[in-house]
Amino acid sequence: MKRIISVLVENKAGVLSRTAGLFARRGFNIESLAVGETEDRSVSRMTIVAKGDERTLEQVEKQLNKQIDVIKVRMLPAETATRRELVLVKVNADQQNRGGIIDIASILNAKIVDLSHATLTVELCDRPEKVDLLLEMLTPYGIAEVARTGMVALQKGSEAIRTI
Amino acid sequence: MITGAQAMVESLIQEGVSTVFGYPGAAICPFYDALRSSGIGHILVRSEQNAGHAASGYARITGRPGVCIATSGPGATNLFTAIATAYMDSIPLVVITGQVETRLLGRDVFQEVDTTGAAEPFTKYSYLVREVQEIPRVFKEAFHIASTGRKGPVLIDMPVDVQQQSLQFAYPASVDIRGYKPRFKGHPVQVKRVAQAICAAKKPLLCVGGGVHAADAAERVRRFCEQCGLPAVSTLMGIGVFPSEHPLYFGMLGQSGFRSANRAVEESDLLVIIGARVGDRAVKAPSALEQATEVVHIDIDSAEIGKNLGATIPLVGDAGAVVEQLCDQKPSGAWEGWLSHLRELREQEPRPYTEKPGVVDPRRLVETLSEKMEPDAVYVADVGQNQLWSARYYRARGGRFLTSGGMGTMGYALPAAVGAKLAAPERQVVAVCGDGSFQMSMMELGTAVQHGVDVKLVVVRNNRLGLVREIQQNRYGGRETAVDLSGSPSACGIAAAYGIPAWQASDNGSLGQAVEQLLRTKGPALLECLVDPKEATE
Repeated sequence: MKRIISVLVENKAGVLSRTAGLFARRGFNIESLAVGETEDRSVSRMTIVAKGDERTLEQVEKQLNKQIDVIKVRMLPAETATRRELVLVKVNADQQNRGGIIDIASILNAKIVDLSHATLTVELCDRPEKVDLLLEMLTPYGIAEVARTGMVALQKGSEAIRTI
Repeated sequence: MITGAQAMVESLIQEGVSTVFGYPGAAICPFYDALRSSGIGHILVRSEQNAGHAASGYARITGRPGVCIATSGPGATNLFTAIATAYMDSIPLVVITGQVETRLLGRDVFQEVDTTGAAEPFTKYSYLVREVQEIPRVFKEAFHIASTGRKGPVLIDMPVDVQQQSLQFAYPASVDIRGYKPRFKGHPVQVKRVAQAICAAKKPLLCVGGGVHAADAAERVRRFCEQCGLPAVSTLMGIGVFPSEHPLYFGMLGQSGFRSANRAVEESDLLVIIGARVGDRAVKAPSALEQATEVVHIDIDSAEIGKNLGATIPLVGDAGAVVEQLCDQKPSGAWEGWLSHLRELREQEPRPYTEKPGVVDPRRLVETLSEKMEPDAVYVADVGQNQLWSARYYRARGGRFLTSGGMGTMGYALPAAVGAKLAAPERQVVAVCGDGSFQMSMMELGTAVQHGVDVKLVVVRNNRLGLVREIQQNRYGGRETAVDLSGSPSACGIAAAYGIPAWQASDNGSLGQAVEQLLRTKGPALLECLVDPKEATE
């Protein structure tokens, strides 16, 4: 089972290592972790995608909550969240196959952001499934390099996760 | 304006600290210089690890955080075993370590180690103080975090230059940490559900753990059991919540516990666990237990509930507060048959006393000690066979039983006893250790002598690492490896070198007299008891 966990933490040194350490120490499986400042500069949001059974995920939530620097923990069911991930893919591309790659990018609403004699770099910001699909479609061309940010997510609608 | 070091000392004074345990070094010298004229007593230990254990013993008796101090690098790393020991047993400590100058941090200079980073997995929280103005807030928060919620060690790493800078000192009146608001009272709906479950149970059983001591709630828990006639067992850390002879108490459970207590757990239809984390030595097969029994789990740390054992009813809160809430619900039931069955089980408990020439029966030793000690005395058990004999045969009569439960740290007893005695000079304090654990912290006899700390030490001597030997006997085909302690000094000889009176007991007949003599002696004293190396822990 996969879960998106949105965590508001104090924006200060050591918090990221404490949180990452917690996952390593307790043997929790983490698929991605994205972190950045929020509307309040003293607070960072970590978006963690964790894998495990019901009991493990409950432990993940409780252990996160137990951290002094963790202000709020919220599980976000995928269907109630707006989810995005940014990917940059450098694909091997010569004059013959460039067109095919551009077609794939255009169908998936991805952008070509860099070009060289031997490669094309494609950028996509979308749901992680779409990112996976893009990578799958580009694989036959030979992927030279990939950089993914990990997923960030906000819950849909007007409700927000606040620090108070 | 005062210096950072003076601010550290002033913060300790503001927190009501009167005794600290430590070992100085270059990076913590400004603090030591400020401590000189502060009126705070400093106990100089002989190894940093023991400063942590002594602070732990002190904290467990006072209920307030124990304070220990070491320098950077090896001073800090030597403390780690003690910090981890306190973390596992939820003992409040404020640990202060010196650190290299802030401008040199991360450059691998002399005696530099990433103290906060390395201690992270076994501290409740830690600070690396880079700005001198932060000192009052950091200290206020550290004491608050260590002593509230699930208690534990908090580390403050103090670069030496920060100790030397100046600040305008004002100690904050309160703490506001937005990510840390521990729940104290139990949720009323859950409390009602627990009370109803108790009423509905035919064979309910309460299991008390160290959380009851941490909440200073032993009396309230006993009153609750007496009010509703509810039987109880305890974990290793919960020993002493009930006097051993209490009619509703059925002993310690677990791998080293009483068969009757384990049977009681197996046969119960409702197990109410309070302030215990269901460790593997207490409950071997939690998945089987949760299927056979309804479980109520009461703990101040919600992460403990459901971690090792699934709970039918979780209840988060302070053991004392929750028990008061439960008392108000006045649960009751017709449990007479269940109680008389438990009494029968208790009477069938085997008592495998031994009578051999030239050696003492360790079971009788522990019983004799706990009978002859004053009722409110503190008994500190070390780790090894001596711990298991102590846990099983200690007769609680209103005193405290301290031991390293979660970590099982050898060498804990003597320094922890020193701390306990300083916390309660009017109470008798006895440490019991094996000859292995004695040699891990015997240098602390020097601390006891130097500071006139009246601790009594019993060394159970079998010239073996007895518990490891037992494991090798039972599970490794009897092949004994590296458990022979030949070459050990005479414990009495070591005591003599420190100018401490000491005796040896080598038969059951002279045990009573030897124990009386030990307890009667003023100041630190030692009793060495010879025990058969083949003696098993049952």
